[in-house]
Amino acid sequence: MAKLILSMDGLVLKEIPLAKERTTIGRKPHNDIQIDNLAVSGEHAVIVTILNDSFLEDLGSTNGTVVNGNPIKKHFLQHNDVIELGKYKLKFIGEAAQAASGSGDKSDFERTMVLRPSALRQSNEAPRSSPGASRAAAVQQAASAAVAGIADPRDATRTVPPAPQAASAPRQAGQPLGAIQLLSGANAGKELELTKPLTTLGKPGVQVAVLTRRPQGYFITHVEGAARPNVNGQQIGPAPHALKDHDVIELAGVKMEFFLKA
Amino acid sequence: MDLAQVLEIASCTDPGMVRSHNEDSIATDPANGLVVLADGMGGYNAGEVASGMATTVIITEMRQILASTQPNQIDPRTNQTIAARLMREQVLKANGSIYQAAQSQPQYAGMGTTLVVSLFYDNRVLVAHLGDSRLYLLREGALRQVTRDHSLLQEQIDSGLLTAEQAKNAQHKNLVTKALGIDPSVEPEIHEYPTRPGDLYLLCSDGLCDMVEDEEISTALQALGGNLKLAAQQLVQMANDNGGRDNVSVILVRILREYPGARGVMAKVFAWLK
Repeated sequence: MAKLILSMDGLVLKEIPLAKERTTIGRKPHNDIQIDNLAVSGEHAVIVTILNDSFLEDLGSTNGTVVNGNPIKKHFLQHNDVIELGKYKLKFIGEAAQAASGSGDKSDFERTMVLRPSALRQSNEAPRSSPGASRAAAVQQAASAAVAGIADPRDATRTVPPAPQAASAPRQAGQPLGAIQLLSGANAGKELELTKPLTTLGKPGVQVAVLTRRPQGYFITHVEGAARPNVNGQQIGPAPHALKDHDVIELAGVKMEFFLKA
Repeated sequence: MDLAQVLEIASCTDPGMVRSHNEDSIATDPANGLVVLADGMGGYNAGEVASGMATTVIITEMRQILASTQPNQIDPRTNQTIAARLMREQVLKANGSIYQAAQSQPQYAGMGTTLVVSLFYDNRVLVAHLGDSRLYLLREGALRQVTRDHSLLQEQIDSGLLTAEQAKNAQHKNLVTKALGIDPSVEPEIHEYPTRPGDLYLLCSDGLCDMVEDEEISTALQALGGNLKLAAQQLVQMANDNGGRDNVSVILVRILREYPGARGVMAKVFAWLK
């Protein structure tokens, strides 16, 4: 079972298992977790627990709820999250983290597993001797092992954020921004910043190339047209071509310079 | 009818940046308008075995049957097209083969696979799927997810426990509720949709949609639509650039023009003569 560790000024006050579907937090005595402090609202927040997932929701409290330093309205609690209510801190310990205690295999984190409703049902019944039941139990075990693996403290999610969106942010932050400036043609002198992961250049049906922004830098790839683009007077191959600062690209009769912005 | 002239197909599969094995399996049969993608699961190399069996069984069996039948005819017994019946039968057959292998050989115990199959015929596409491998459609600049995952996450979203936003950070993305080869019988979800010239269909394993946002997929497909092979490679590369924590597979199918099926008495005679 997931639990919360209540502490103040680094002193652990108590451990609270999240046994109920709704665990309320507030100053008034009818709350499941009562924190008698004026910074805490009467009904401050609630934690809704469904299977192994716990969600924290602020109930419109006066001083707000802060998780890991960020004020939240609603939050999907993850292992080691710290909820701050005034001077008090509640540390969330995920269920799987306790069960696994380091035995979880993080390589299994994303491995696709089957979760069968029948397996869940049968695991609740008394064990039966039919091979079907034992197989179902095995799948169930495997499934819970997978769940156990995901909240392992050494888990990959700590270093590699799960959402690609989140993953792309640091990638682009540490990388210099590229841009191209047109050197010839009607729009000569015009500049185009390459902020998107993909930028297409050229005329559809005549000659098109794409500039891709990757962690390793910028690449140009030929997409369509009889001739491939030139970089510094040399025609590029069919594979993506890495661009260097101040490379000159020639495409569909237009010359342009690629450069990195400081 | 030879669909190789009507459909442009490109595919790409990659183990990703973390896994040593590729448990995904893809197969295409342009002449019959059939594409299959499977994402296997199970210990050691059993996942590869399951996904490999799924794609092989379905593609070879369907190829044989399609050579002598008109998929757009109506089956008088079920009032469905023959294609829909065939598709279900072949998926069940693949399920049986994998299940039998898993039962009889201890090293394959518990193996299974997700599946998404598309059959293009008579200006429409027939889609069968199990698990969290997906079919997307890019039409008129908008990317739409055609299949709905059979996964715990999707069920939680449907029942309102999670919003789509929370689901992106949920931790049990990998739990599927339906798969091929796990149980002696399974019911694939089968749907049929009309196609239009210019449509671009994308079949992918969860290694793509977990790592790359739908918007980015859409941008890449629109930017690189002129070169499908490159678009497929680009999608795989984007998944790998974002971490590539799972095997990544994509199949792209573009409809170049209309492909009405043969109809009427002559078609029947022709089919019979073959």
